[in-house]
Amino acid sequence: MAHDHHPTGISRWLFTTNHKDIGSMYLWFSFIMFLIGGLMALLIRAELFMPGLQFFEPNFFNSLTTLHGLIMVFGAVMPAFVGLANWLIPMQIGAPDMALPRMNNFSFWILPFAFSLLLLSLVPQLFPDGPPNFGWTFYAPLSTKYGPASTDFFIFGVHLMGISSIMGAINVIVTVFNMRAPGMTLMKMPMFVWTWVITAFLLIMVMPVLAGAVTMMLTDRHFGTSFFDAAGGGDPVMFQHIFWFFGHPEVYIMILPAFGIASHIIPTFSRKPLFGYASMVYATASIAFLSFVVWAHHMFTVGMPVAGELYFMIATMIIAVPTGVKIFNWVATMWKGSITFETPMLFALAFVVLFTLGGVSGVMLAMTPVDKQYHDTYFVVAHFHYVLFPGAIFGTIAAVYYWLPKWTGNMYNETLGKIHFWFSIIAVNITFFPMHFSGLAGMQRRVPDYNMMFEGFNQLSSIGAFMLGFGQLLFLYIVINCVKGGKGKATDQVWEGAEGLEFTHLPSPAPYHSFEQAPEVK
Amino acid sequence: MSEKVEKPTNYYVPEQSKLPIIGSVGLFVTVLGAGNYIHNTTGVVKAEEGSLPSIMASMGPYILAIGAFIIFYLMWKWWSTAARESMANMNSAQLDRSYRQGMMWFITSEVMFFAAFFGALWYIRVFALPWLGGEGVDGHKAMTAVLEWPGFQNLWPLTVTPQEAKDGAGASFSAMGAFGLPAINTAILLTSSWTLTIAHHALIDRNRPTLILFTWLTALLGAIFLCLQAYEYYHAYVDLGLTMGSGIYGSTFFMLTGFHGLHVTIGTIFLIVLSIRCSKGHFTPENHFAYEAGAWYWHFVDVVWLFLFVFVYAI
Repeated sequence: MAHDHHPTGISRWLFTTNHKDIGSMYLWFSFIMFLIGGLMALLIRAELFMPGLQFFEPNFFNSLTTLHGLIMVFGAVMPAFVGLANWLIPMQIGAPDMALPRMNNFSFWILPFAFSLLLLSLVPQLFPDGPPNFGWTFYAPLSTKYGPASTDFFIFGVHLMGISSIMGAINVIVTVFNMRAPGMTLMKMPMFVWTWVITAFLLIMVMPVLAGAVTMMLTDRHFGTSFFDAAGGGDPVMFQHIFWFFGHPEVYIMILPAFGIASHIIPTFSRKPLFGYASMVYATASIAFLSFVVWAHHMFTVGMPVAGELYFMIATMIIAVPTGVKIFNWVATMWKGSITFETPMLFALAFVVLFTLGGVSGVMLAMTPVDKQYHDTYFVVAHFHYVLFPGAIFGTIAAVYYWLPKWTGNMYNETLGKIHFWFSIIAVNITFFPMHFSGLAGMQRRVPDYNMMFEGFNQLSSIGAFMLGFGQLLFLYIVINCVKGGKGKATDQVWEGAEGLEFTHLPSPAPYHSFEQAPEVK
Repeated sequence: MSEKVEKPTNYYVPEQSKLPIIGSVGLFVTVLGAGNYIHNTTGVVKAEEGSLPSIMASMGPYILAIGAFIIFYLMWKWWSTAARESMANMNSAQLDRSYRQGMMWFITSEVMFFAAFFGALWYIRVFALPWLGGEGVDGHKAMTAVLEWPGFQNLWPLTVTPQEAKDGAGASFSAMGAFGLPAINTAILLTSSWTLTIAHHALIDRNRPTLILFTWLTALLGAIFLCLQAYEYYHAYVDLGLTMGSGIYGSTFFMLTGFHGLHVTIGTIFLIVLSIRCSKGHFTPENHFAYEAGAWYWHFVDVVWLFLFVFVYAI
């Protein structure tokens, strides 16, 4: 605050304490990881274009699915949301910056190192037995007794990512609880802020559990412990319990901020306030609470007592209630609104529709007897890609289109944005919709070969995947074009119906330090 | 540091800082070294002599040492910077609150880290071992016990693992009793919480001699605890034959007490630093975030120990 100068050069990015710089670094890092993880997805789809082995040994195919999952979850989706939080939360609550700016930069810079550690495993000269190959869920004993040497660096990489996430989450919570402008009571906070503060709480609660899980893996591998080994009195199924105690809240960590984004964009382009704000807040909190008590629905086939299966089935289905509240609220927001369909609105609408589709297949999977049929098939792959790609990633893309004019001061190219949208939504459905059918027919996930009868569906998926992947390069072009000037200057409010401090109280582009003096919120 | 300014009313956004990037490099070098060190000592890397993986593995200890040095340097720099800022009165009341809340959430995350290991212990004792021992739903013996681990009996402390039972071997170690050293250590930690509270009250009452004496006393009790625990580990390995490899009992015992001991070590160092800073008069009744953070951390370590004493030693 005391300094107005704008640092330049490489030191601006290495040593920064500015929430906007750090947010930009997170977003670019996330996009690079998205391209690397996406490249792996395309390699997977190329292998699966035809039955039989085309390009890869089965072991390397397993490594590709593993790295694709890990990179997308920890490298693409989570950092994208942290980047958005950095850019938006101080502007939306009327603060000068994040509460703990140096720690903010620390949590970012850990990430490139953590992922270098993970990607180093691809260098055969360093790791002759290859990268991690046990799936992104790294179940024991695949990852303990049978994991390659690179597993240990994967473990330490997860530790680093955990440190980064926990510091980022602490920063968000402290910023929100301590830095709001006078008059901004908790129930006046923008929905994005609400969803992020709940996400941050989830992160603080579960990332340490993941750290504990990989630590036990490490000691099982090298120090003679037997946590996940029945011969010593441990239990490999316990690994799954601990992993999914982390893993289920983790999937909400990857969707709650997108809920918040949709709750900003839909009211703006419907030119109506958000329907049911308070119920949105309570629904988000309920979803977060329920996420801690449903984890074993990921492991119905391990042989739990029937009482356990019943409990986890019913508890899981209850999540559909608060989620339904949110979807109802978005639809009711649009009801009788003066709707226009700019690119962010298109992506937000696609988010609502396709996320609902992924949610409904989730309810199918929640039913224990049905899940025993669907478990580890492409139906599961279809389900979670519908909540992650059109859910989390469309949410992020919508947010970038929506706030980019505020960040850069320039309007992006609307025509290209619309082309990007239509291309993406067609491609995403060509890619993932056929997986429902191949999965229901019995095609297993994580296998490079498959029965001839699945060939048609797989070829559709592969064609869609290549369209989807290369279509995102258009997004890259649109963003760079907008940063360099785009289609002219954006107004301060940017969008006709936009509400919130970042649109009503700050110019476009927003100044380097958001609010030098806290605004009064009425 | 010398000139005291009025407490700022607006938020202090620090200047650019080299600390975060140093810390990131330090963490990277540390884990790179640790991974290679482990590979070096366990011989996991099955590569020929002179190949890149084996060279990396042999350099592991040195890489680890460099990383640890960078991290120690970072901690020294970071916290001395924070202390300097605090004493120069650069921290507004709002920033002080940010630090306090940040510390509370950090401790929350630490609680969840221990929860993973306690969860493992409880899951093993409540579910896994009874099932391995043949207890099943509706009185049917679980088939895993019948087919895989005949002869295994679920007794805690588990001195005969399923594998040993199958092989017909006897107990290979004795369990750690609760009412020897562990009980003494419980008393030491409870006393240390009490001395720390006395010191904290003395800080608020501007009673510096008591503050300094009782902060040192608390650190001393922490050090005594650590010495006793080191002796306990020696006793376990040498006299009882209890090691990390002693089945799930040894696994949970050393994982829980080991990570707790690590936290006591951190807390003791924290307290020693605080004692020195008390002697230098760094803290005032109005401005002593670091002291409270240390106190909270110490109480957290104390509470974790009580859970350990009950669930690892006593029950």
